Amino acid sequence: MRILIKGGKVIDPGRYDGIADILIENGKILEIGPDLGSRLSALGSRYSEPGTQCPAPSTQHPVPSTQHPVPSTQYPEPRIIDASGKIVVPGLIDMHVHLREPGHEYKETIESGCRAAVHGGFTAICPMPNTDPVNDNGAITAYILKKAQEANTARVCPVAAVSKGLEGKGLCEYGELKDAGAVALSDDGRPVMNSQLMRRALEYAKGFGMLVISHCEDLELAGSGVMNEGAFATRMGLHGIPNAAESVMVMRDIALCELTRSRLHIAHVSTKESVEAIRAAKKRGASVTAETAPHYFTLTEDAVGEYDTHAKMNPPLRSAADREAVLEGLADGTLDVIATDHAPHSSLEKEVEFDHAANGIIGLETSLSLSLRLVEKGILSLSSLVEKMAINPARILGLEKSLTPGSAADITLIDPDFGYTADACKFQSRSRNTPFDGWEMKGRAILTMVGGVIVFEV
Amino acid sequence: MTDMQFIKKDILDMESLSAEDITLILDTAEKMKEISDRPIKKVPTLRGRTVVLFFYEASTRTRTSFDIAAKRLSADSISISASTSSMVKGETLIDTARNLEAMNSDVIVIRHSSSGAANMLAKCLKASVINAGDGTHAHPSQALLDIMTVREKKGSLEGLRIAIIGDVSHSRVARSNIAGFTKMGAEVVLAGPPTMMPAGIETMGASVTYHIEEAIRGADVIMMLRIQKERQKSFLFSGEREYARVYGLNRERLKHAKKDVLIMHPGPVNRGVEISPDVADGPYSVILDQVNNGVAVRMALLYLVSGGARNADSD
Repeated sequence: MRILIKGGKVIDPGRYDGIADILIENGKILEIGPDLGSRLSALGSRYSEPGTQCPAPSTQHPVPSTQHPVPSTQYPEPRIIDASGKIVVPGLIDMHVHLREPGHEYKETIESGCRAAVHGGFTAICPMPNTDPVNDNGAITAYILKKAQEANTARVCPVAAVSKGLEGKGLCEYGELKDAGAVALSDDGRPVMNSQLMRRALEYAKGFGMLVISHCEDLELAGSGVMNEGAFATRMGLHGIPNAAESVMVMRDIALCELTRSRLHIAHVSTKESVEAIRAAKKRGASVTAETAPHYFTLTEDAVGEYDTHAKMNPPLRSAADREAVLEGLADGTLDVIATDHAPHSSLEKEVEFDHAANGIIGLETSLSLSLRLVEKGILSLSSLVEKMAINPARILGLEKSLTPGSAADITLIDPDFGYTADACKFQSRSRNTPFDGWEMKGRAILTMVGGVIVFEV
Repeated sequence: MTDMQFIKKDILDMESLSAEDITLILDTAEKMKEISDRPIKKVPTLRGRTVVLFFYEASTRTRTSFDIAAKRLSADSISISASTSSMVKGETLIDTARNLEAMNSDVIVIRHSSSGAANMLAKCLKASVINAGDGTHAHPSQALLDIMTVREKKGSLEGLRIAIIGDVSHSRVARSNIAGFTKMGAEVVLAGPPTMMPAGIETMGASVTYHIEEAIRGADVIMMLRIQKERQKSFLFSGEREYARVYGLNRERLKHAKKDVLIMHPGPVNRGVEISPDVADGPYSVILDQVNNGVAVRMALLYLVSGGARNADSD
């Protein structure tokens, strides 16, 4: 089975940026270059030699093949996908999602979450371990991977727990988790408050070459807070969460990262102080990376409005100055990754008093459209957007993700001009908890391919 | 009753009431007050109306006050508390409220420990919702009775200096009073330890000082807020002894205030902590006037959200 993606603007940062065709065979990228369609017959089923992977357009001498069709038995006619006017990028990766299975299947299943992912243009997602039971042992990791295989859409790369039961008391068996297929470790949602445990986790993970992802929150400082601390929270009578609840832990974890010389990834950065701390740490050469989520660069605390629980998340939506700092962090590379923190909740958790509402919003099906706004506004180039949504998460997690011939054909086709109204009722996710319902969007994924298989097409 | 139109379905907070709305409510309340002085304290104004008192948080004063207000207007009032409601069986607040509405309740008065609970009900119910205190957000009927008390004693709030002293961060009364007092032309100054001053409170239009004498100096009205012992656990203050010494109102401190100062307290009073007994019971204290006006204000609110004069005429 051959597929030819024809005439799209191919963006594979550092490797390719221009109008090109991509030929896919047996789930892998066979060839990338301008005008492949006209010389299909010349393209054998073997990968090209190194050095011809990214040929300069001027060296191409297309052979007119239409007059001499190749016998279909040898090279069957490929399915041709017309990508003219579209953007073709390496499959997007969301390295921070919650799939709720096992345990809370009424909110999301691995199947529905994967479907939401590919509809949003993601070919791989990393579910966090706060399921029930917690993904803190090889059996649960294996279960998640089995369910993902059955779903057969997006790739699922599980993140396992740092501590047993997310209780912050003892280390999980990282060796077993790695063998089972876990790609990273995190106590997301239940921050590691014990600094000694965090230090040892960073060191112990290093022995297995595993990454620790930190949800930075000082639970005592956050206290009973339910939204950003400030005048808005005061007026609404809601308990505030100060920026420092996040940044003191960002600073602690950076210190521990430097102490242990281990790799650290900081999840969902929301404050100015965190961005500054990470920028300074990177300047010192610390092996720290960081992500933020579309809601932190799109919304501010004002979205809470009149107690809208769809604007309640952890960390909370912050001030305009924080949002500005997050945008600067994205622009200057301090923030490496855009990840959604896709957190499905049903009306049971959201149609309640603001104090009692669960934290989090779904994000897989709005992330790309919201991120494309940054390109529209000139904050990010298309190329750096692809870095933050595909290349950098792959590099940080040690996953393969590029359009190099020979690599798996995980590809996302983006129509940057596709206008639509976000309609949560039509989302693939089992949950509807999004503050972006009804938003006018421009640009989205129109085709998602995983391993050469088209898993979503508009 | 007055012929002015009052078109609000709900009373949720002071921010959504204009100075004209407040004046109308207080004018109505003053007329209502006379009913309570009669030997037979009952008028048929809200006969056949159903008022549900939906109290999810302990309350003696406010609940009794609304109950008496409803009964004096001949409405049928029903009390529900958290422990006797289906909430203990796991029913959500919205479900419970929808069930009450399905029984054709006209007005739902709600007290709840979560800020925004009244707003949530108002959004999903056709019945009128009166907020009787939600979390640390708002307590509009308390603010209205406080404004009524000040207006009664001083004639007007215009240009008055009102000090609110104590744990502002946990006080819905403080928030509603800042909004209400400033709308009626008063200057509000807040005092207390920095731990009890919530971030950005000055954006509501009040000034902040950490020295009680500074707040009291030249004050026309001093409102003391209740200090809850359990706030020591969240490190808001070191203890009652120091609080009383540094932030408590006593006879000595009162000397800084104007000669005709009014001492107010939304209750319940912690005698000897935020206010010394002699001041609480002294000549400047209007604490019981506040309670008395509470019934009148709540009668006015029930009457006005129920359609006011138009419905009374058709009765």
